[in-house]
Amino acid sequence: MAIRETNTLQTIEKPWGSGWLAARLAIAGAIWAAVYYYLQPASEWVAYTLLRLDPASHLGSAVGFFLYDVPKILLLLTLIVFVVGIVRSFFTPQRARRALGGKHEGVGNVLAAGLGIVTPFCSCSAVPLFLGFVESGVPLGVTFSFLISAPMVNEVALTLLFGMFGWRVAGLYVGTGLAIAILAGWVIGRLRLERGVADWVYDVRMGEAQLPEERQTWPDRVAYAQQAVRDIVGRVWLYVIAGIAVGAAIHGYVPQDFMAALMGKQAWWSVPAAVIVGIPMYSNAAGIIPVVQALIEKGASLGTVLAFMMSVIALSLPEVIILRRVLKWRLIAVFLGVVGIGIVSVGYLFNAVL
Amino acid sequence: MNIKILGSGCANCRKLEALAKEVVSELGVEAQVEEVKDFKAIMSYGIMTTPGLVIDGMVKSAGRIPSKAEITSWITTALSGR
Repeated sequence: MAIRETNTLQTIEKPWGSGWLAARLAIAGAIWAAVYYYLQPASEWVAYTLLRLDPASHLGSAVGFFLYDVPKILLLLTLIVFVVGIVRSFFTPQRARRALGGKHEGVGNVLAAGLGIVTPFCSCSAVPLFLGFVESGVPLGVTFSFLISAPMVNEVALTLLFGMFGWRVAGLYVGTGLAIAILAGWVIGRLRLERGVADWVYDVRMGEAQLPEERQTWPDRVAYAQQAVRDIVGRVWLYVIAGIAVGAAIHGYVPQDFMAALMGKQAWWSVPAAVIVGIPMYSNAAGIIPVVQALIEKGASLGTVLAFMMSVIALSLPEVIILRRVLKWRLIAVFLGVVGIGIVSVGYLFNAVL
Repeated sequence: MNIKILGSGCANCRKLEALAKEVVSELGVEAQVEEVKDFKAIMSYGIMTTPGLVIDGMVKSAGRIPSKAEITSWITTALSGR
């Protein structure tokens, strides 16, 4: 791996690195598009011609679903994680901190929610990030908007939603996720809960930043995005396949409308129940969404299912346990309550509208 | 040589610690590798994202797991600077 100095020297002459980079990206994109385009006919050919399965049978229908969805979702994931990786290479937590320091609520909440989506940080950094923001004079509510939108509006969930339900549902998920992050953060700010933060937090003095913020070149950004694909798809692909397998089984074998009684629109209690069930579960959107798609086909309503997903991702017990170190129980309870109510509302809204 | 891994004990922090120890033993350097979990101490280094890597009091990386080559180069530079 090239040492920093050499890269800097190169960038003065050629910010794009070698022209080959652009060409390689274009070729990769073309291959991706071609494979994607031929997925459905190819999977049908394998299932119904090669394997001689009957499309109307349980097995045939399940296998056809599986063979089409697995490569489709994995391809989409690779593309979207890569693109999001490139976008994220433009943002750092330090920049977010500077952008948000001293901003008033309202505007600050909106900006924070937006930045939360594009700023890269791992969830184990939640506490240092929180401390850094607080120390910089970022209002508590604004910090929360950032910390709520970051895990919730994540590209894995978005990719799967888009791949399985189309861009309308994916777009609504982003929109409502942002809305919840903004409003919940704003409400927490209004409630003047600064005393809900552990006392020692206000004594923390952040040292001088020693690491220079380096300017990234395009080859750097591409390398970063490639690493993100390796990390994320590498972590998640097995869950995707397992989830799609379960989804395929449900698709092929469970009778239509079977889920309607349990998770359909008539069962009004299903939305809050789904949110509560989601709390102790830690996010693996990749595994759950394919199952969810099949459930919806069998009558579960989209609102209930989305509420469940948001609850799993945004109200995760591990994150609460981490935040417990810097927040008192009162504030944690308010956080869970406000975000929980937001998610339940979104669930009802989707059920009513879609 | 003193090497500190700044972090709250998550999987990435442990990976970084293991990687650092591996490089240290491969280079045959006499170095103390320790984990810093206390948040006040972590913040005093001026970083906002963990895991962080500190060599002889200087922050070398934050918020990512650097490559073995990078860690090796930092340690050898620190050694030659003495």
